[in-house]
Amino acid sequence: MTLRPVPGGARHLRELRRSLTEAPEAERRSRLAGIAAAIRRRNLAMILRAGMGHVGGDFSAVDILTVLYLLVLDCDPERPRDPERDRFIQSKGHGSGALYATLSYAGFFADAELDTYMAPLSPLGGHPDCRKVPGVETNTGPLGHGLPFAVGAALAARLDGSPRRTFVLTGDGELQEGSNWEAALAAAHHRLDSLTVVVDRNGLQQGARTEDTSGLEPLSAKWEAFGFTVRAVDGHDHEALRRELSAPPPPGRPRCLIAATHKGHGVSFMADRVEWHHRVPTAEEARRAMEELQR
Amino acid sequence: MTAAPASGPAEATTTPTHDCRVAFAATLLDLAAADPRVVAVCNDSVGSSGLGEFAARHPDRLVNVGIAEQAMVGVGAGLAGGGRIPFVCAASPFLTGRALEQIKADVAYSRANVKLCGMSPGLAYGALGPTHHSIEDLAWLRALADLTVVVPADPAETAEAVRWAHAHDGPVFLRVGRTPVPALTPHVPFAPGRAAVLRRGEDVTLVGVGTTVSLLTEAADRLALRGVSARVLNMSTVSPLDERAVREAAEDTRGIVTVEEHTVRGGLGGAVAEAVVTHRPVPMRILGVPGVFAPTGDPRFLREHFRITAAAAERAALDLLGRAP
Repeated sequence: MTLRPVPGGARHLRELRRSLTEAPEAERRSRLAGIAAAIRRRNLAMILRAGMGHVGGDFSAVDILTVLYLLVLDCDPERPRDPERDRFIQSKGHGSGALYATLSYAGFFADAELDTYMAPLSPLGGHPDCRKVPGVETNTGPLGHGLPFAVGAALAARLDGSPRRTFVLTGDGELQEGSNWEAALAAAHHRLDSLTVVVDRNGLQQGARTEDTSGLEPLSAKWEAFGFTVRAVDGHDHEALRRELSAPPPPGRPRCLIAATHKGHGVSFMADRVEWHHRVPTAEEARRAMEELQR
Repeated sequence: MTAAPASGPAEATTTPTHDCRVAFAATLLDLAAADPRVVAVCNDSVGSSGLGEFAARHPDRLVNVGIAEQAMVGVGAGLAGGGRIPFVCAASPFLTGRALEQIKADVAYSRANVKLCGMSPGLAYGALGPTHHSIEDLAWLRALADLTVVVPADPAETAEAVRWAHAHDGPVFLRVGRTPVPALTPHVPFAPGRAAVLRRGEDVTLVGVGTTVSLLTEAADRLALRGVSARVLNMSTVSPLDERAVREAAEDTRGIVTVEEHTVRGGLGGAVAEAVVTHRPVPMRILGVPGVFAPTGDPRFLREHFRITAAAAERAALDLLGRAP
């Protein structure tokens, strides 16, 4: 690992989690909205500095990542390889900007490191490298790799008799990769109820809408047919995400949360527009985007 | 074109030969008994991977993902991420061809502690045809960084390589043959990254892997009768290659013949040639499947058809030395 955890980061994350958990719902909502907006601003600044990135997919996932790292995952930024950690695998590796900004916010490495995003020799490449970035479990980037890994991670937990959980975040377009469905069969066959798949269902892939490319609907019925317990959730509603992700899954079945999201969420002129898959804002667009993200 | 058989029928029946999967399976069972981290992952290949006894003794540690090689390799990587030592077993053509990107991203690039076991490689599936032949696997896999590629040549070396793979913290590919091979003499213990010298010689060097190594000791013995001193190297680690052994062969002898049950494009011969032209160019002959899909035929027929034989190695060595066959 070339990146080091923020000193005192574990304690800070624990206290932040406790205070958020204990706060009244309205306060928690407000604070989480502020945190997610800060992560988006940092994420956008990284992209502007790098002159590259996948802002659309980053922003559709930021709220899911925020809730996972700040409220759900049993993880310790100062002991990122703790064997008993919950596993989180971001299968949509191109959403690295959102992942790095969230990991840094959670204390896995210093904020200043984000300024090297995609710069020559930076550990923070365009797709995450588990050998360089603490908190990253496996290398993703090619699509359809996260769920098979997560099935193996959940099987290992069962063999250990461990209560640790496994979460995997997939894009929706990447569900066109057949490897996901191979793994879905195996997950249900092995009754992996410690496994949760979160689908970032923003409806857009690189070139067009998923439904105009190779349609996924009825998506919920597909996961159900594959043996998953399926839940729909608003992927930008922190409280709803917290409830769904924290709830113990029904025994005997893996779980799929279909998170309704908007690509480019948080910036009005990016939201739900396919060209923002990997467009980099102009200076004027960046100014307007930052303004909107100030709330 | 059909070459003469490598050895007469009488000789073939008197030399005991072995399916290396037997040694593989027995060693894996020993390791699993001693180390609870060991798991086996397969693609409905319990029988063909020799995992029947493993399944009986350790049903909880056998993960059969079904006929799904991409998920199989990803599951293996996830198990490794959970502290397990997965031996991911499948017929080599499907493991390496179908799941190549998973091998690259999930195993090699992630440096996951996964042991990929490519069973029944080369021409072992004979008449089942080119879909089932695995004659490209070494070329594909040796192109990957951080993946150690090992091809044991006999049962003893198979057992040693499996034990080494278990002890080694990192990605390994083991090419486990089903084509019967004799026990090599002398026995040289497996050392990762090191070529084993099975015959010393100064005129020419013969380099093989897996099923071809015993052909080369036979060829060297025949060359000796003609006054040609042939060095034989068992290059059981194809990647990273023992470049020192290749350089010494190029310096000490007048040329190098490689023989592999694999296409001549980019496998053992390619690896050796890269080292030779970089360090000390000498003439080479690269024997193997000559860049074609095989016709129908059993493994023995196909090996003779493609001149993957002791006689062909002998002729290639003589040709390289400018001697009449």
